[in-house]
Amino acid sequence: MATTSSQVDMALAGSLRGLDRLTALLSPAASKRLEELGQLSQAITQQRFGKVIRLFAPLYLSNECINNCAYCGFSRDNPILRVTLEEKEVQQEAQALADQGFRHILLVAGEHPKFVSNGYLEACIRRLAPLVPSLSLEVGPMEQADYQPLVRAGAEGLVVYQETYDTDVYQAMHTAGPKKDFDWRLDTPERAYGAGFRRLGIGALFGLADWRVEAISLAAHTDYLLRKCWKSQITVSFPRLRPCAGAFEPMTAFDDRSLVQLIAAFRICFPDVGQVLSTREPASLRDGLIPLGITTMSAGSHTEPGGYTGAGQSNLHQTTKGRIQALEPLADSDQLKPRQATGQFDIADHRSPAEMAEVIRSSGYEPVWKDWDAAILKHE
Amino acid sequence: MTTEDASRLSIGGRSFGSRLLAGTGKFASPELMSDALKASGCEIVTVALRRADLSGSHDPFANILEWIDPKNYLILPNTSGAMDAEEAIRLARLAEAAGLPKWVKLEIHPDPRYLLPDPVETLKAAEMLVKEGFVVLPYINADPVLARRLQDVGTATVMPLGSPIGSNQGLVTRDQLRIIIEQAEVPVVVDAGIGAPSHAAEAMELGADAVLINTAMAVCQDPVRMAKAFRMAVESGREAFEVGVGHRSQTARPTSPLTAFLEAS
Repeated sequence: MATTSSQVDMALAGSLRGLDRLTALLSPAASKRLEELGQLSQAITQQRFGKVIRLFAPLYLSNECINNCAYCGFSRDNPILRVTLEEKEVQQEAQALADQGFRHILLVAGEHPKFVSNGYLEACIRRLAPLVPSLSLEVGPMEQADYQPLVRAGAEGLVVYQETYDTDVYQAMHTAGPKKDFDWRLDTPERAYGAGFRRLGIGALFGLADWRVEAISLAAHTDYLLRKCWKSQITVSFPRLRPCAGAFEPMTAFDDRSLVQLIAAFRICFPDVGQVLSTREPASLRDGLIPLGITTMSAGSHTEPGGYTGAGQSNLHQTTKGRIQALEPLADSDQLKPRQATGQFDIADHRSPAEMAEVIRSSGYEPVWKDWDAAILKHE
Repeated sequence: MTTEDASRLSIGGRSFGSRLLAGTGKFASPELMSDALKASGCEIVTVALRRADLSGSHDPFANILEWIDPKNYLILPNTSGAMDAEEAIRLARLAEAAGLPKWVKLEIHPDPRYLLPDPVETLKAAEMLVKEGFVVLPYINADPVLARRLQDVGTATVMPLGSPIGSNQGLVTRDQLRIIIEQAEVPVVVDAGIGAPSHAAEAMELGADAVLINTAMAVCQDPVRMAKAFRMAVESGREAFEVGVGHRSQTARPTSPLTAFLEAS
């Protein structure tokens, strides 16, 4: 039964609770009252988080992957230029980000145990911990016991997006590799919590299934984690599909107005859950979203390993069935244009971190670079 | 010779003219924070260590401490972010090693949503830090027994909450606060949930020795004017407490009592 305007009133006033409230705030009836949702969302966000936006950057370690995901540029069957950065190259990239101000870095890698082993990740974290106060991971899901050394090494956040909560769509999208296992992925945040991660990031990739159904599923997952993993800081993200290698087209529409409605509805229903916005979205939209409910933004991002300093160019290759295939030498005419690893998806907001910080200031918010000190955790 | 002015606030052997302590989170800019602190008249300013640079390298991207002049304010490091006693103790020691005062606002809240303090870990950490010579100001739920236990281990104050941090709900714990104030031998600083100057005045009229204000000042249209409003509210609430606020009554009390004629005869 369709939500009525009076049910939207009840949802705004808080007399509807839980998922009923969210469902009403996501309804077509509520979409006609976007300004009211936005105003309430802003007030709640400012009261809970203050007039601040936290900044972070992703650092891609590797674009090797054993999965085939229809929407992802790193899929194993895509004939892209691949590389896994060496530890010293990872440090070089992190230093470049730290020099620009970042004190929170998200280490990202495709899922490939051969190239991105647990030992490699631990070594990278140990190398970066003295440089960067806050390190989070977005890598292939692991067993709880395998996460523990990474936490001890200094990682404190773990991000894992379910991509879609629609099991049929999930099976259709993930055709090969361990990612095919929906439940294994769904349980990842709890395993990470058990291992001691303090911040857990979840999300869905919007554009694969009906956005409202996806959002309600994501809310149910959020609600579950808030109860079960009560000591963790939960963040959510609503990434939308971007162009990437493989030329996958979004299956469902999810326009800017709907994104605003989703951000506001989540803020109203989950006042304390952080919301993360990446550079997938264009500058004008990102600027508009700053005062609406977002709490954390990336800036100046690259989605290819080595993107910040050109690291890893000498090891570029293609990978076929887990085996490295050397590249053909460049023709003389191409020597001036160095080859780069392929990115996961195209960035839409290319502004530098300093430019982004200035935009945040001019919107009446303080850009916060450091909001965590590694000294809080005991390192071995 | 000067005598200690009874109207001044005394904590850890130091005396302060202002009974308003201020937090430094959530401001739209460090300039605005600095101006609001000044307007509030506060002399004690608490700073989350996780946002500060403790390495001594003057990190320009984590320079909140550079906006708070230690000549004008006592910087009170807080352990926000710590989830247990061990983490809080480590943070306090690091702050001292970084040259900050050996004072600590002990905050241990494992639940990042309501930020309610963990009583067990707080007591454990307080005991250890007091032994190490820290002046300890523990943030606690409004629990009179816990307040006494902390007082017994030697904390310099107790800082019970009025309502959850940042909630602006005012003195939801009023009845418990009243007991804590009645029993306390150390200053009682009402620490969280004060959302309006009237809440601050209410806490002071109740007999709190001081209040700590952050969100209500940082997140409003004009933090500097709001800081001034809070300053005046704290001062007037204290004045009223010292004079003695009249008792409340369920019935009217006529200024010309009905039985006055008996006295006249």
